[in-house]
Amino acid sequence: MKSSAMRDLMAITERPEVISLAGGLPDTSTFPAERLAAIMSRVAAESSAKALQYAPTEGMSAVADCIVEVMAEEGTHIDPADVLVTTGGQQVIDLVCKTLIDPGDVIIAEAPTYPGAVPAFTAYQADVVQIGMDSDGMRVDELEGTLARLEAEGRRPKFIYTIPNFQNPAGVTMSLPRRTRLVEVARERELLVLEDNPYGLLRYEGDPLPTLASLDGGAFVIYLGTFSKILSPGIRLGWAVAPGPVHQKMNLGKQESDLCSSSLSQLFVTQYFSEGHWQDYVLSLRDIYRRRRDTMLDALAEHFPAEATWTHPQGGLFVWATLPDYIDTTDLLARALQSNVAFVPGRAAYLDGRGGSCMRLNFSGVDEHAIREGVRRIGEVVREQVELFSTITSHPPHAPAARAEPTPAPPDQELADVLQLPKRDKRSDRRAK
Amino acid sequence: MRVAVLKGGRSLERQVSLKSGARVEDALERLGHEVVAIDVGHDLVAQLREARPDAAFICLHGRDGEDGTVQELLEIVGVPYTGSGVSACMRCADKVVAKHAMRDAGLPTPDFFAFSETAFKQLGAADTLPAIEERLGFPVVVKPADQGSALGIRFAPDAAAVPAALVAAFSYSQKVLLERAITSPPARELAVSVLAGEALPIVEAIPIGEDFYDFEARYEIGRTEFVCPADLGDEVTARVQSLALDVHRLLGCSGLSRVDLMLDGDGEPWVLEANTVPGMTETSLLPQAADAAGIDFDELVARILASVPRR
Repeated sequence: MKSSAMRDLMAITERPEVISLAGGLPDTSTFPAERLAAIMSRVAAESSAKALQYAPTEGMSAVADCIVEVMAEEGTHIDPADVLVTTGGQQVIDLVCKTLIDPGDVIIAEAPTYPGAVPAFTAYQADVVQIGMDSDGMRVDELEGTLARLEAEGRRPKFIYTIPNFQNPAGVTMSLPRRTRLVEVARERELLVLEDNPYGLLRYEGDPLPTLASLDGGAFVIYLGTFSKILSPGIRLGWAVAPGPVHQKMNLGKQESDLCSSSLSQLFVTQYFSEGHWQDYVLSLRDIYRRRRDTMLDALAEHFPAEATWTHPQGGLFVWATLPDYIDTTDLLARALQSNVAFVPGRAAYLDGRGGSCMRLNFSGVDEHAIREGVRRIGEVVREQVELFSTITSHPPHAPAARAEPTPAPPDQELADVLQLPKRDKRSDRRAK
Repeated sequence: MRVAVLKGGRSLERQVSLKSGARVEDALERLGHEVVAIDVGHDLVAQLREARPDAAFICLHGRDGEDGTVQELLEIVGVPYTGSGVSACMRCADKVVAKHAMRDAGLPTPDFFAFSETAFKQLGAADTLPAIEERLGFPVVVKPADQGSALGIRFAPDAAAVPAALVAAFSYSQKVLLERAITSPPARELAVSVLAGEALPIVEAIPIGEDFYDFEARYEIGRTEFVCPADLGDEVTARVQSLALDVHRLLGCSGLSRVDLMLDGDGEPWVLEANTVPGMTETSLLPQAADAAGIDFDELVARILASVPRR
């Protein structure tokens, strides 16, 4: 898909009348405004000068303590000294690339992978090799085959990028045997793994699984965490826990990028955690998102045709649906937008043109009514296309369509748009009288 | 003059339109006009009535802005506007109507057949596909009838690829056409902009690193190189420009238009379509062609504005 076309389509998804299942935004509306006000007043009253000052590049030690607490909640025990506080989780991806990637270097990622990582990988001119997934997450056997092939070519990946929990966009979770094997493979081959875990605490069913970082003990795993999904993306705070040498280089890279993350945000987090109720808010989010996930899964079962399949996420924010291969979800989005509903076309999650019949559906950003109605509208346009195709093909002697091979295409810089960040007011609005 | 710049809107080409509009606004201000920027929506008529502009500069692409809808509203509200009138917009926006007009007039346009979705759903149009494919040959180009950008356009290399291509094209339009692909190497893609009754230098789009012409590469920076004036020789240049003017007149365009053509391996031009509201962005073809003719962007905007008929 060419850049301008995708940009044009994604721009329309932002219209107010469109039910957008395309975004990836958490719901921040249930955080009590008076609580935010109280915390900020306290920060102002007690730490005004500090809040207005620079912070250490690696982050305030009090925030590192909060991070230790969050990670312990998932059974991962770390030394606060190993924490690098960053400006959102996204900065970790950037810093890891900055530290490790020279043009042409190989990054291993999942297929599909996080659409927001794609622009970072391509900005550093990495050669991204994507490994297939199934309901147990990344196919580690396929990974091993690929690593052997790359080794035969004399190429050594710089790191393996994975989201083991409720993967964005696929919604699947890596099984314990796969986690164990992945960590073994990394150790055997001395390969770094970037474990991106933004949603680990947003589990709606099943038992939590150990993080790769805890299985590995911090030897080869760089851990990426964030406050975005358990508190607020607006405070722009994430973190990395990395093996010593990588940590030092990332620290230097961060100094170069932005010196330090927001002091005000760090004091906000510190104060918020000191009140001791952060888990309650996560629990409340879990309840909201669980209901929304269930609503989406029910609506998919009701409104999507039998030819479609979709994942059943145990947590996180996304469902990944796969349609018959003759439906192109980028084209389908154009049709869906006529019905004022949007999703992310699957190609956004691949660097090689695959994913053309898939779509990512978000269930965290809109309420249950909108989810039901949005899925109903998408189901309707999918059914129309299924019927049209069968009408066109059921007439002999016309041959049925063969599965089209994906066309290799350059990665699409505009796909960062799938994050759907709020836009600044348009210049035209100021000009118009 | 007080000039309303109409841009944005709900079309799939909203972003390009916003860029075109912003550039035109800047140019109009430099030319000393009072600019009223309007991102068209539900309040378009109210905004026009309130602003009472002397003219509207249309920078809308695709549905509503290029198909005569907005032009009709401007007629009713009584605001003179740039470019073609309602009927020419309607003819050009529907590629099928435009191609029929060209074929009837004996102007070269690639062979084609067109169907509505209803034809497939209720009239058994699928039964005609083998005959159509035999007549047109492969590859065949499948296009939505009224989609301005390259969205939904597919090359079907063989019969097996046609149904999915039709489904894709029907995502954008109620009507699609199957068109013979001009691929005989070295087929070349040309665009002729017409400004105030004269053909500007021809722009050639050269896809980079493609075996044959790829519609998806059309607007992608880095995948297409534009050459203007196209290196065609005087005779072919004159013939192609004259053909573009014939198409412009045949379809009833006024002020400006951009005619897109293919030049086949024998040097014969084939007209694909005419656009009544060509893009005005930094990489758009009309400004490139004007520049090659020694007309800078401000002058281009001034001439387009000057060509607005006094109604």
